[in-house]
Amino acid sequence: MWENIKEFASTFFVTGDPLIYGADVSIALTMVAIVFVLTKYKKWGWLWREWLTTVDHKRIGIMYLIASLLMLFRGGVDALLMRLQLAFPNVEFLHSDHYNAIFTTHGTIMILFMAMPMMFGLFNMVVPLQLGARDVAYPFLNALSFWLFMLGAMLFNLSFVIGGSPDAGWLSYPPLSQNDFSPGPGQNFWIWGIQISGIGSLATGINFIVTILKMRAPGMKLSQMPLFSWSVLSSSIMIIFAFPILTVTIALLFLDRFAGAHFFTMDGGGNPMMYLNLIWMWGHPEVYIVVVPAFGIFSEVVATFSRKKIFGYKSMVWALMAIAVLSFFTWAHHFFTMGTSASVIAFFAISTMVIAIPTGVKVFNWLFTMFRGRISFKQPMLWTIAFIPCFLVGGATGVMLAVAPADYQYHNSYFLIAHFHQVLIGGVVFGYLAGIYYWWPKLFGFKLDEKLGKWGFWFWNIGFYVCFMPQYALGFMGMTRRYYTYGWDRGWADMNLISTVGAFMMGIGFLFQVWQIAYSIKHGERDTTGDPWDARTLEWSIPSPAPFYNFAVVPTVKDADDWWATKQAKANGTHKEEPVHLEPIHMPKNSGIPFIMSLFWFMVGFGFTFGWVWIAVLGFIGVAVCMWVRSFQYDTDYYVPVDEVRRTEASLGRVL
Amino acid sequence: MQQMAKHHDHGHGHDHDHGHEEHEQLKVLGFWIFVVTDCILFGSLFATYAVMMHSFAGGPTGKEMFELPGIIASTFILLTSSFTSGLAVLAMNKGKVKEMISWLAVTALLGLAFVVLEVNEFAHLMHEGVTMGTSGFWSAFFTLVGTHGLHVSVGLFWMVALMIQLKRRGITPVTRRKVTNLSLYWHFLDVVWIFLFTVVYLMGVM
Repeated sequence: MWENIKEFASTFFVTGDPLIYGADVSIALTMVAIVFVLTKYKKWGWLWREWLTTVDHKRIGIMYLIASLLMLFRGGVDALLMRLQLAFPNVEFLHSDHYNAIFTTHGTIMILFMAMPMMFGLFNMVVPLQLGARDVAYPFLNALSFWLFMLGAMLFNLSFVIGGSPDAGWLSYPPLSQNDFSPGPGQNFWIWGIQISGIGSLATGINFIVTILKMRAPGMKLSQMPLFSWSVLSSSIMIIFAFPILTVTIALLFLDRFAGAHFFTMDGGGNPMMYLNLIWMWGHPEVYIVVVPAFGIFSEVVATFSRKKIFGYKSMVWALMAIAVLSFFTWAHHFFTMGTSASVIAFFAISTMVIAIPTGVKVFNWLFTMFRGRISFKQPMLWTIAFIPCFLVGGATGVMLAVAPADYQYHNSYFLIAHFHQVLIGGVVFGYLAGIYYWWPKLFGFKLDEKLGKWGFWFWNIGFYVCFMPQYALGFMGMTRRYYTYGWDRGWADMNLISTVGAFMMGIGFLFQVWQIAYSIKHGERDTTGDPWDARTLEWSIPSPAPFYNFAVVPTVKDADDWWATKQAKANGTHKEEPVHLEPIHMPKNSGIPFIMSLFWFMVGFGFTFGWVWIAVLGFIGVAVCMWVRSFQYDTDYYVPVDEVRRTEASLGRVL
Repeated sequence: MQQMAKHHDHGHGHDHDHGHEEHEQLKVLGFWIFVVTDCILFGSLFATYAVMMHSFAGGPTGKEMFELPGIIASTFILLTSSFTSGLAVLAMNKGKVKEMISWLAVTALLGLAFVVLEVNEFAHLMHEGVTMGTSGFWSAFFTLVGTHGLHVSVGLFWMVALMIQLKRRGITPVTRRKVTNLSLYWHFLDVVWIFLFTVVYLMGVM
């Protein structure tokens, strides 16, 4: 008996590495601390009522943001461990297996559990406010999306201490990801973590399309909609077309592993290249899904901090939509070396280069918006200005990679690594940080400290170039990705050391930002006006932080940049105050079902990960029961009475 | 409820009902978009099937194993169920709850018969030694046909829930929207089956 338990524990828990034991201890301590604090201050009820069951898009946005920052930390630590291992030749810090696991989890976490939730966080925090709406189209579904993401991410992260991490690369190409080469639960964690959170992402896509098409304030035509909302529409359209492909692809991989199917196997008529095609049919749109909202953020920030209308609004919209369409026709450029016919390769090479055109249009529009504007260099604007040259270089190296004959040389080299980090950090991360700095006061009611933020900004920026410019050179010098060590004779030592220094500078930048947030909670400049940046769109017309119903009176929109127009009219004295007519506000009720149903999905994933089918079956039954119960709930909304609206507004300093 | 009562005192009752109905319309639009995503899902599975169409790996082919009479029977059953679900919607538009529930019950029974026939077919194939692991072709076959069957089963579960709700609440904007979505889903599965029947079975035995 005891022997059995010991044997089970030694395979169930990840053992044998001091780093892992350290993590075990810190996870256990953190959990104990959380339980202790919640119990001591009697906060369990608060946690349940205010957060776990909330359907308020602003709170859901905040939870996405917190989760994504935690994931940024974990993915970042993975990156630093890799850079330590590569800092010098022949370092014996990580074993090859451990290195494989770390580059796999780094990639998966950064794209799916950092970039995606940070993006959804921004969707949630901004879009309904920007449209003059009181919530998203389906608040319940929105909460479900969040919890599916959260528990998918937790399932994935569990692999670190239980069962073993996936180690077949961030996209888990077969045949390496098949049972023969990756036995054990690691790969299953990858499959189910992504599958569960992917369902949530798909639902978010649907939710925001309907929100944008149907929930805009009266009078707001699509042609007057703020560009961030346009970018969210573009991104959501890509989500609904791309994510079902991901669902199918990893379901097929799961069937290969679990039911002995022959989709991607080497024998039995399977075809591993089919996996590459399918996963990149999702994967390429995916990178545009995450970068397009960043473009939207830059458009808002540039206009606000240049005090000018955005230049070329229509061309911006066309560019966003063109990118959404073109993104589906470039997937094969990820494997030009597959060896298809020249005409296929030519098609994908050209379609890839064509994407540079709408992107170039956007860059010029941002520049022309700044031209002769009165620019103020606040944090959101700093990140925007840093983005432009960074993304330009990243885009240019992308076009170099799109040149198919040359790609045979760069393929899977550090040149590629440097390229996609440049567009993903320079584009996505810089963009989301700009957005977070920009909308932070609206969510929390205070600004993030400028001085600490500037330290963070410069560490990030200088660190970025120090880290990734040498990697372009390393690529040309023949270093391919996923090497876990190299010898002195290769001549890669100097560049790798410089790169590691840069990575740690970015890490320091992140620490400054954590410090900045902690400092600003106490000392940050409070926003009493609701419009701290003198901005242009509707979200700035209401108090900060926004009341739970957002708008006491739903605004009627007449112009693009409607809030700016209102402020101008007020300054000119041509503004006509409309009499305020308050009405009871229709709001959705909180619900615990999204959280509970996601827990059951977690059970499904966990059961299949370890091959304990009965747990998975119980999980499925739980999911079905949750859906059944929800279907029978009819009392799902309520009205906020006028008195309460008036009291809330008064407490926020607004008299109606 | 209290809030509702208070609110009627203010005399805005009509507005709110209107708001509700608008919201139900919103959910129909969302469901259409969900159907689009489901199209992509089946599209991916069809594409996979097309790639695997001749990957028999020396094992049995579709031509050897398919038994068309049963498939044709289940095709007609599913098509009929689509028709009866349409009749249920017509009854709903006329405001006849009982007739509506009966047509939904007929639809559910036909759907159940379809699922039973499919399970039978799978059991028969497995009895003959053909499984997911036989070859790439059979992996793709079981996955594509099985995913459709799973969709039908989920639809049955949903249909039962709605019949109970209709019995309890009658035809309201909410139940009306739910049945509209369900029938949309049901017709969609029918269309998928027509493609499936053509691509998998007819082309398979040709």
